[in-house]
Amino acid sequence: MNDYLLLFMGAVVVNNFVLTRFLGLCIFFGVSNNLSASAGMGMAVTAVITLSSMFAWIVHHYILVPFNVTFLTTIVFVLLIASFVQLLEMVVKKYTPALHKMWGIYLLLVATNCVVLGVPLINVESNFSLMKSIVNAFGSGVGFALAIVLMASCREKLRLADVPKSLEGLGVAFIVAGCLALSFFGFSGMIK
Amino acid sequence: MKGLWSIFSKGLVLENPIFVLALSLCPALAVTTSVVNALTMGLTVAFVISMNNLVVSLVRKLVNPKVRVPIYITSIATIVTVAELLLKAFAPLLYKELGIYLSLVVVFAIILARAEVFASKHTPLPSFVDGLGMGCGFTLAMLIIGVIREVIGNGTLLGYQVLPSSYEPALIMILAPGAFILIGYLVGASNILIKHIEKAKASRGETL
Repeated sequence: MNDYLLLFMGAVVVNNFVLTRFLGLCIFFGVSNNLSASAGMGMAVTAVITLSSMFAWIVHHYILVPFNVTFLTTIVFVLLIASFVQLLEMVVKKYTPALHKMWGIYLLLVATNCVVLGVPLINVESNFSLMKSIVNAFGSGVGFALAIVLMASCREKLRLADVPKSLEGLGVAFIVAGCLALSFFGFSGMIK
Repeated sequence: MKGLWSIFSKGLVLENPIFVLALSLCPALAVTTSVVNALTMGLTVAFVISMNNLVVSLVRKLVNPKVRVPIYITSIATIVTVAELLLKAFAPLLYKELGIYLSLVVVFAIILARAEVFASKHTPLPSFVDGLGMGCGFTLAMLIIGVIREVIGNGTLLGYQVLPSSYEPALIMILAPGAFILIGYLVGASNILIKHIEKAKASRGETL
């Protein structure tokens, strides 16, 4: 149990995917203009990442490894995740229309995204068991949500600030992200 | 010929994938800790994007618009796997350093975007040149970031000591926060540069 908890906390704060491993930056900078959109995006990414890591692990262990075709991992994972996201979108639309209205569009946006592909790949590379993969993926998703919500809150305040003309928009967003990353370094001694 | 040059050159500054379009940022921050890594990544992406543009442009009349995105993704994934295997065979050390970010080239928005916006509507040669231009712009940006980070953060360039040994390396430039802050300022600098180019063009009476 302790193991899983450490893995989870590690994925959320210590090895935060956005701020220390730079995955998912396109969404991170694209969506963080708006706080409620960021929260929706965070939820969508968490759901997709957790479920697709699980499927990716199963496919990798029971199909790719026995048939000795692990060099196809990248292609298979990309297609797997893209089709899984499509399916998830349909299911959500059919059974929970309210939920679909809230984060349906974000689901499709995350279909081909580095963080969603990156986490299953990292799980496979580190030889995690199925349960560990799921915990790691869930933690990564929560970490992503945390980072994007923090960032969106900062950017809402930033709108009132007086920023040099050439740094407006993307430039200052990067600098703020740098400061966030710096503060996340405070966690780095927490878990070995 | 002039048409091809203008297709090529727009990727370098005015539509630079990293500084202007802000696409494919993950590698720009993750693998630019040294110049060699940055250059390898840049060239790999240039290879993938121009080859993929070529393939997409060749098959553009055969592909049903409804299924085009999965087809583009399959094509990109195939080319990336080829590049990955090549690097693994001929430069295993570099392959290890780039690690997961090499596989992640598949989901770079810039590659899919060029296929969708340009290659699916143009003949093979301009498409290839467009991919090459975008790839070079990407490599250029990676190189700039890589040089600054390696020199300030480690005092070396391509592994050789360039700053006097009394210089204490600013470790933050190698770590994540330094990368973010540096790119922030570089985006600002490229904004200024682009404004100058536009002004110069406007004063000569050209339209963009």
